[in-house]
Amino acid sequence: MAHDTAPTANTRLFRPGYEGHNQISARTLGFWLYMLSDALLFTALFAAYAVLDTPMNAAGGPIASQIVNPVEGFWQTIAILGSVTSYSLATVAMKNGNRGGTALGIVAAIALAVVFLAFGVNDLTTLAAHGDGMDRSGYLSAYFVLILTHAIHMGIGILWMLVMLVQIPRYGFNEMVVARMLNLRMFWQFQATVWVCVYVYVYMIGA
Amino acid sequence: MQLQVPGPWSLLLGRLTLDQIPYTNPILQVTFAVAALIGLVIVGAVLYYKKVGYLWREWLTTVDHKKIGVMYIIVGLVMLFRGFADGLLIRTQQVLANGPHAAGYIGATHGFLPPFHFDQVYSAHGTIMILFAATPILTGFQNIVVPLQIGARDMAFPYMNAVSLWLTTAAAVLVMISLFVGDFSQAGWVGLIPLTELPYSPGVGVDYWMWAIQISSVGTTLNAINMIVTIVDMRAPGMTWFRMPVFSWTTLSTNIIGLTAFPVLGVALALLGADRYLGTHFFTAGMGGNLMLYTNLFWIWGHPEVYFLILPTFGVLSEVIPAFSQKPLFGYVTMVAATFAIAGISWLVWLHHFFTMGAGPDINGFFSVATMLVGIPTGVKVFNWMFTLYRGRITYTVPMLWAMFGLFLLLVGGLTGMMLAIPAINYTVHDSVFVIAHFHCMVLMVVCAGFAGVTYWFPKLFGFKLNECWGKAFFWTFAVGTVTVFTAMFALGFEGETRRLDWTFNTAWKPMLVVEEVGMIIYVLSLALFAVMLVVSIRDRNKQKLAADPWETSRTLEWLTPTPIPFYNYAVTPQVNTRDELAWRRKYGMEHTKPDAYEDIHMPSNSGLPVILGALAGIWGFAMIWRIWWLAAISLLGVVLIVIIRSFDKNAGYHLQPAEIEAMERDLSIGAITAEQPDRSHHIITHAEAH
Repeated sequence: MAHDTAPTANTRLFRPGYEGHNQISARTLGFWLYMLSDALLFTALFAAYAVLDTPMNAAGGPIASQIVNPVEGFWQTIAILGSVTSYSLATVAMKNGNRGGTALGIVAAIALAVVFLAFGVNDLTTLAAHGDGMDRSGYLSAYFVLILTHAIHMGIGILWMLVMLVQIPRYGFNEMVVARMLNLRMFWQFQATVWVCVYVYVYMIGA
Repeated sequence: MQLQVPGPWSLLLGRLTLDQIPYTNPILQVTFAVAALIGLVIVGAVLYYKKVGYLWREWLTTVDHKKIGVMYIIVGLVMLFRGFADGLLIRTQQVLANGPHAAGYIGATHGFLPPFHFDQVYSAHGTIMILFAATPILTGFQNIVVPLQIGARDMAFPYMNAVSLWLTTAAAVLVMISLFVGDFSQAGWVGLIPLTELPYSPGVGVDYWMWAIQISSVGTTLNAINMIVTIVDMRAPGMTWFRMPVFSWTTLSTNIIGLTAFPVLGVALALLGADRYLGTHFFTAGMGGNLMLYTNLFWIWGHPEVYFLILPTFGVLSEVIPAFSQKPLFGYVTMVAATFAIAGISWLVWLHHFFTMGAGPDINGFFSVATMLVGIPTGVKVFNWMFTLYRGRITYTVPMLWAMFGLFLLLVGGLTGMMLAIPAINYTVHDSVFVIAHFHCMVLMVVCAGFAGVTYWFPKLFGFKLNECWGKAFFWTFAVGTVTVFTAMFALGFEGETRRLDWTFNTAWKPMLVVEEVGMIIYVLSLALFAVMLVVSIRDRNKQKLAADPWETSRTLEWLTPTPIPFYNYAVTPQVNTRDELAWRRKYGMEHTKPDAYEDIHMPSNSGLPVILGALAGIWGFAMIWRIWWLAAISLLGVVLIVIIRSFDKNAGYHLQPAEIEAMERDLSIGAITAEQPDRSHHIITHAEAH
């Protein structure tokens, strides 16, 4: 055996008082791993979009350049990045132990996310009203589902923020609340990153 | 938006009507009678022995990784039995329905299963064996063994562990319900596209298949996160990466595969779901859909999934073979490297499942070479096991027999796999039963390693060994049955039999089909012997009192715990000094050394929420399948509410006091089993004081 050495007087067989793992670090690693799986989910959706983004898959319906509006997408990008900034400022306030400031940052983040979603919902409903809904062609299916999947993630993030707005005044900044706030920050920034990919890949290249 | 589906639809019950229940089918009548009888016996026994409270407190609400692992394995074994019954139906149908003059029974033109029913049977067989038998059994092993092997008290997220189990169970229940309410998918376990699309499969079968897999794959993804964090974060002091047992290494690599592959399956099925429920055109035959998009997405998950199954069984072999050769594992570092090489290559070979797509020589050549590359690390592993055996003091215990036969199947399956990796050969035998025989050798290798693991770790968990004599009888009948069925199947592949035939038209296949059926009868015999083995072992359980290390030659940390294992695993966290820690302690006479003093242990509290969450997920799946929208909305809302309620739960577990631990350790050392956890209501702590 490679490491076979005889025990000495100093050999320990047990480790009383061993602290074990750190809860926060375990939860953070776990959340990173969840985001890895979420990243793969979006990767598969982007791959599907790439495959279906051809005139043939548009099946006589509109192609990317006929439906995407990069200017509207620009305002969406500003809104989502603003939301991330507000949330980040909320975590700065949390670091200072400022509950009111944290809540304010979260409320601003929610408001900007709602603005973002309003643009998206308006875009999709307008398309559908013109008969270019997700059931029109393979291309539009990929477009709608990619945007909607991101929007659902945003909705879950908003729900999570509402829960935090209840928990912060109720529990203060205890270990679990702080852990949730930090994981939510990762989640929120990740959604913004995904949106930047959507904006570049769908809106800018498509236009 | 609701698509037009054929048949009636009502607001209250969706598509569900009385004539969706196939109570006129004699096969299902018998199945239902047997299932109902078994169910009644179990419920009756629980009520008669007044075990409802015990079942709820100690099992359904548990967050103990060992009990969760045991329940995973029970679910897996039940589904294995169901999948085997499907296999028996397939084989019997094919031998009865041979040639143009084959007789027909109970409504079938040939044999006894009409095509639509036969197609459901093979689809269920594949889906169940891969996702609801092999996966839960292996997940169960990982749950039980890994925390013990790395010297931890539990998984990193015990509550989430229970959630994973109950999601998997809910999905398995949905598959079982499809037997008696509606149909199962008739489109193969891979979901042949565009057959799974609404115009060609208007019934609920594909929906059962799709939602069951979707729910269970969420469970598998959560479990993968849990396993990875546990291994990275919770190893005992002194357990450096290269002191970690190989089973834990293979668990790490397999869960990295699971974590990265299952989301892709989720997307493939969700897009199919969008096609079926929202009218999109991802995979439709017209309107700009792309059929091969589905096939690619499915196999981008599907091939890593194969290694997701086989890597942990390589880990089991790497534990069993050294233990019964009384030698350390040969080439530990190369074994770890080979494990990760296989995991990495698993992402680069998916296209070999459809060389006949016609992607051209460049692409087929790339995937052919990538597939052959798998042979190198796998060969490294096989040679390592053989060098471990070489000049070892080999004892042919039951686990060792399973491991040896597993190696044989790995060789046969691996070499035929190399043949299939050559596109020229693959074009000739594509969709023939030669392919079926190849991958059954591989998955039966998984099953063999599974039974090796069951017999090897059983005494650690339950405090008594499985009967050696009946175990050997079970093994030999199983091995003979396997060789009989699949040798004949290889031959049939060369004779040109294609897969999924409900009517085997060529009479020249008859002799080999009969041989296969004989093999199936031997399999049935082996299942009976398995049952006898269980009954005899449980009957005689008090005749043998086992020490912590019943095999006396095992090498890794999990055998350091008392037998049976107390719910807190280690009274004091062990210090790891070397690879194969137990073998080292035994060599220097320290394996019985006890800690000097005990200290209080922080344990997680049980919770009823995971099982409720699983039930709601199952109800949601059922409602989606039958398009009962109100029920789907309510159950989904329930799931969201439970997640939120849990986040308000301040119970952060409880502390076991040193005096309690000392008493329990004393009971264990004299063989008195402490199954029940002590009343700890006065020790409950909240987050505020926990840290």
